Amino acid sequence: MTAAAKASRPSKPVKSATRAFRRQRTTALALFPLALVFVAVVVALAGADYDTAKHYLGNPLLGAFFVLLILAGVIHMRIGMMEIIDDYVPNAALRHLTLFLNYVFAVAVGLTCLYAVVKIVIGF
Amino acid sequence: MANTRQAARPLSPHLQIYRFTITMAMSIIHRITGGALYFGTLLLAWWLASVAIGPDAYAIFQTVAGSWFGKVVLLGYTWALLHHLTSGLRYLVWDNGRAFDLRSADIMSWGAAVIGVLLTVLVWALAYELKGVL
Repeated sequence: MTAAAKASRPSKPVKSATRAFRRQRTTALALFPLALVFVAVVVALAGADYDTAKHYLGNPLLGAFFVLLILAGVIHMRIGMMEIIDDYVPNAALRHLTLFLNYVFAVAVGLTCLYAVVKIVIGF
Repeated sequence: MANTRQAARPLSPHLQIYRFTITMAMSIIHRITGGALYFGTLLLAWWLASVAIGPDAYAIFQTVAGSWFGKVVLLGYTWALLHHLTSGLRYLVWDNGRAFDLRSADIMSWGAAVIGVLLTVLVWALAYELKGVL
């Protein structure tokens, strides 16, 4: 394999690329209503004091909504950034590094949000 | 002779002669807003974490979010989210093999851009209108 061919080799097997394509559309569909509700929640809580924010965000139904939003959101954003990286980072080593950092960012943001939501709802 | 033959051939697209089309612009903006939302999730994480941590952490978030700088960032975040949402709907339509003709593509693209801005204005008007209701 030539260096150029090696550098442009897809970083993911074709099968998982198809899975990413489908997953990006599935999460997009899920995020359409989720994002609209999210905007409504933020509008309702904009400028709210601490007790009010904690009271409403502590509602288990709203907590469950946030879990869905966060899960769909981080999956969607990770695949989106993966596509951008695959398009603009031709160097294989650098691409694998940025793809790894992308993964770490998505997991870190996801876990932070999920932990916060669970803590607000359960109140430990 | 060789020169004239070469000149008659269609040229591949080039940055300086690339004709503006709304679908092209919307494609670029879709990526930019997507990238912005990617890092914008840090704002969501900060908001939720500050409520989880306690009143002091929440007060810091409130101060920053309520400042003029915070409001500009949040306005940008709102628009990026709503634009990405309306713009993304076009891709779901196209993924189903529909509305590929130029006229439909142009109408959907202008529509998505305009509705994204209108929704942003509506959301902020509502936020100010409903302030302190809860």
